[in-house]
Amino acid sequence: MFDAKKLKQDFPILRTKFRGKSLVYLDNASTTQKPKTIIDALKNYYENLNSNIHRGIHSLSEKATIEYENVRARTAKFINAKYTEEIIFTKNTTESINLVANTFGETVVKKNDSIIISALEHHSNLLPWRALAKRKKANLLIIPLKKNYELDMNAYQQLLKKKPKLICVTGMSNVTGTIPNIKKIIQEAHKINARVLIDSAQSVAHQATDVQKLGCDFLTFSAHKMLGPTGVGILYGKKELLEKMPPFLYGGDMVKSVEYKNIVLNGIPWKFEAGTPNIADVIAFGKALEYLTKTGLKNIETHDKKLLRYAKVKFSKYPKVKIYSPENTENSGPVFSFTIEGIHPHDIASVFNEENIAIRSGHHCCQPLMESLNISGTARMSFYFYNTEDDIDRAEKALKHVLKIFK
Amino acid sequence: MDIYSEIILDHFKNPRNSGRLKSKSVTVVECNPLCGDKITMDLKLDKKEKVEKVGIKTSGCAISQASASMLSGKLIRKSLEQIKKIGNEEIFSMLNIPISPARVKCALLGLAAAKRAAITYQVNNQKNADKKSKRK
Repeated sequence: MFDAKKLKQDFPILRTKFRGKSLVYLDNASTTQKPKTIIDALKNYYENLNSNIHRGIHSLSEKATIEYENVRARTAKFINAKYTEEIIFTKNTTESINLVANTFGETVVKKNDSIIISALEHHSNLLPWRALAKRKKANLLIIPLKKNYELDMNAYQQLLKKKPKLICVTGMSNVTGTIPNIKKIIQEAHKINARVLIDSAQSVAHQATDVQKLGCDFLTFSAHKMLGPTGVGILYGKKELLEKMPPFLYGGDMVKSVEYKNIVLNGIPWKFEAGTPNIADVIAFGKALEYLTKTGLKNIETHDKKLLRYAKVKFSKYPKVKIYSPENTENSGPVFSFTIEGIHPHDIASVFNEENIAIRSGHHCCQPLMESLNISGTARMSFYFYNTEDDIDRAEKALKHVLKIFK
Repeated sequence: MDIYSEIILDHFKNPRNSGRLKSKSVTVVECNPLCGDKITMDLKLDKKEKVEKVGIKTSGCAISQASASMLSGKLIRKSLEQIKKIGNEEIFSMLNIPISPARVKCALLGLAAAKRAAITYQVNNQKNADKKSKRK
């Protein structure tokens, strides 16, 4: 039986206090908190398992290698990838996207070609494509946002007439929570032989992801946004694409043999994992996948939507508060931004902080999106399964406090 | 409220020396593009090149606006050299509230504008002096 209050107890940091008030953590879009099992897994690795992988004959190395590769297999299962070797471990989502831009993008995009992104994109799913387009003298096209914070799919259809090579879109906005119609975006793209990368940094933690059902060519996400440690990113790519892509980083482990005049590259996924990877954190990430599977993504999704609706109802009672979120909560993840007339987002976040409530304020690494909304920044709340309605009640109290101070 | 002391809120809600000057010796615009804080500062200097009047137009967070307002009064009767010498510590003392690393730029925006105004005036003055001596 899903019980958010009970699950909250698995997270040591949520018991910390400031001025007698327990932490209300509403900044999950930035990073999620870690259950004790993940923290213990890291400690356990360094106390009992630490060894470099893929190289050693000794037992420690063998054990560490098995554990590391097991997590790869579990990650593949988590997103229903067809092959384990379609999972590559990187440092974070940003690196995963850069990997695709600098290998697949570099070989496939030519002069005067087009790349499509959306107006919702985080800088990490904008800048690598902008740089690629500049390098190749290609065009960067933007799917605009409608007034209801959803993507303009008619405009998307028009952009497809330019026969783009690549479409790179977020699976869930870190500012408005918007969940674009990914299935349709991919279907339409494939009709004209364009490839699609989905930046799922926000979405994998909050709803079931099935890459085979979606049909995406690439999908990227980060461990730390789904209970895992920082320093681990995941890139899913279709096997036939990864096999043809040149390496991203060169070094140990991504080669089978090396002579000065000739090298033989390693097969996938190791072709894309040069050097010693983040072994401890990948193994700890395996525990995060276990925890999420046990809790149930469907339960998480239901709880997230419940919190989102509760928070939106509470916050829309205040006429000075403007909420940036799709009206239909079905098309939104558990994230929304808000502004208050006459009060700067940093001041909002500072007052919330005094109440030990963590929210984020600023442009959220989406400056072009802010510009298109005609604002410099927002305050943002983002929920996860360990948040409760009590947390949102406290946030509302803090909101009232903000309005009182700046009356 | 620790950060939003009465003084800070007073200066935010009732900014001193607010509004553009009709007659000014120099104007600068200083911003913090990452968070949207912006300040336009006019200085009117007297014959001895000391600040006679200050006019500021600010938008952004309460800390940046309050800090600019509090500083504006202190600029009056100061020379350009004195303005250039004002240290960050003086601003933090003036504000007398805990400033976290994330809010330092907000707190110092007004000072950055004042210093740039002083330097801009001096540079423009020098340019004019150079032009005059060339014509001779």
